[in-house]
Amino acid sequence: MSQQKHHSTTKMVPVPTNSIVPERDINEIPVLETRHLGIEFGGLKAVDDFNLTIGRTEIAGLIGPNGAGKTTIFNLITKVYEPTSGAVLVNGRDLHGLDIAQASKLGIARTFQNIRLFDNMTVEENVRIGLHNNIKYDMFSGILRLPRYWIQENRQHEKALELLHIFGMENLADERAGSLPYGVQRRLEIVRALATNPKLLLLDEPAAGMNPRETEELMENIARIRDQFQIAILLIEHDMNLVMGVCEGICVLNFGRVIAKGTASEIQANPVVIEAYLGKKKEGQA
Amino acid sequence: MKMTKAKRNKLIYNIVTFALVIGAFLILQSMIANKTITRSLKGQLVPICCWIVMAVSLNLVIGISGELSLGHAGFMSVGAYTGAVVSGLLINVYDIQDATLRLVVAIVAGGLLSGIVGALIGIPVLRLRGDYLAIVTLAFGEIIRNLVNVLYIGTGDGRLYASFLNKKLPEGVTMLVDGAKGAVKIKPISTFTAGFILVLITLVVVLNLVNSRAGRAIKACRDNRIAAESMGVNVTKYKMMAFVTAAVLAGMAGALYGLNSSTVVPTQFTFNQSINVLVFVVLGGLGNVLGSVISATLLTILPEMLRAFADYRMLVYAVVLILVMIFTNNPTILSFMKRLIAPFKRKDVTGGDAQ
Repeated sequence: MSQQKHHSTTKMVPVPTNSIVPERDINEIPVLETRHLGIEFGGLKAVDDFNLTIGRTEIAGLIGPNGAGKTTIFNLITKVYEPTSGAVLVNGRDLHGLDIAQASKLGIARTFQNIRLFDNMTVEENVRIGLHNNIKYDMFSGILRLPRYWIQENRQHEKALELLHIFGMENLADERAGSLPYGVQRRLEIVRALATNPKLLLLDEPAAGMNPRETEELMENIARIRDQFQIAILLIEHDMNLVMGVCEGICVLNFGRVIAKGTASEIQANPVVIEAYLGKKKEGQA
Repeated sequence: MKMTKAKRNKLIYNIVTFALVIGAFLILQSMIANKTITRSLKGQLVPICCWIVMAVSLNLVIGISGELSLGHAGFMSVGAYTGAVVSGLLINVYDIQDATLRLVVAIVAGGLLSGIVGALIGIPVLRLRGDYLAIVTLAFGEIIRNLVNVLYIGTGDGRLYASFLNKKLPEGVTMLVDGAKGAVKIKPISTFTAGFILVLITLVVVLNLVNSRAGRAIKACRDNRIAAESMGVNVTKYKMMAFVTAAVLAGMAGALYGLNSSTVVPTQFTFNQSINVLVFVVLGGLGNVLGSVISATLLTILPEMLRAFADYRMLVYAVVLILVMIFTNNPTILSFMKRLIAPFKRKDVTGGDAQ
């Protein structure tokens, strides 16, 4: 856009003010703020004008029908995709131009819808990859087995077991990650993400493939993780019991746009949300 | 620290690897002392060490880092030429007669230069995904071969002369590298002990690297690039680390190899040679260091042992390779063979009924 045109036809746009956060977080910089976030794939607007604010210790849910763009939003926040419009701010810092690893260092961790563990490595090694930037030593200490290697390896080992203990998985530390049952793999992904010491944890369908009892445990664990680590959690989930049970703020997405953000009861009563999920009630129908 | 099962297995694997290499060295040394070693095997000892280092270092790139590199012989030739030039320079200009010192300096120089070349190639290429690395490294191997084909280096008047593209060096210069004739008049100073030490260094570097923070990061990038990045692992950095380490080791092996004979010619380091090393790695098992050591040793000795087959030597070599690959790596063939053998076994029991 040329400078002249910019001056002559200034278009005014609304700033995101419709997002809610828990009252306890209101005086702090939100952990995540997206402003007019959007991405196009060959003309198709997968996400358009997406505005969301997440409080520092909020458990938020991102729901919507299939293909609404939920995972795309996760990929935008974690810099797997570069947005074509708008901005992502983490702790008030713009992620523009950063890569996935740099975004991770700013405090974003995630799990994946289709599990992405390091299958050929052990459970403990998977968690140790999460600790990669927290407990460090250089390559030469590793090759020459300098004292720093032994000290830091020991610290990694203890920290990994401590994290695995959250889900009672410390006895699985030596198992090959790829050989674990599906539900356990999902839990390991969460542990691995927590190991990066995040400020914001993104969970992509954490309850998928879990039985009701496992889902119940997961709900307790999500709340416990937030309380223990004092972090924000944003989760995508189709299991409405989980979403309504554990999420404080729920954001509903349809065709790449936010159609509502509110508490569980507000969302359940919102006619726009009901329409998105169940379709429009036609005249003359019951 | 409590020793876990996985840690114990790794430790046992490492001990077996080192024990095997050290044991083989001691046996061969005593055979040399007793003069019970055959001439052909004795001549092969240093090359075997070189090929072991080549195979293990390529395994770091292909097996551990998961990138297909087809130009490993290129790094070896960088090392071989550097080694020959440095050794010639040390004796002609600096008059250093101590062969061991010359060998060590030559090997270090070969490794360094090869590492620098590896970094230069890696910087642009390792950012790409997929098969680009294979194609670029393949081209690199050919480029290096063609460059040294027109490289002239000599010493005289206490200094080093070098030129490109057939520009004549001044009269009275002692040629070290003479274009297509390769590196000439090398004084062979490589010893089996030096080769053995280089193999040990390689094993220590690769095995310790694999079982460290950096090694885990390298494996994580191989297993799942997106997940590794999401955990804050700088994928390019760790791919680079594996690639350059492998280049350094290959350069050192090249220097040792070059200083084992009186001449080094460019045609020794063709694409075929890279493929040969690739065969060692694949046959030994991707990511399996001990496997690389064993397969490099056996496949270096095998062609010599097949001399009895004269003209059919390489044919037999190829057939042996194919058979070993099939029988060790293909589960379909394995189960098929079992089914194939099963009815014969039953027939054997019932004996003459069939006839």
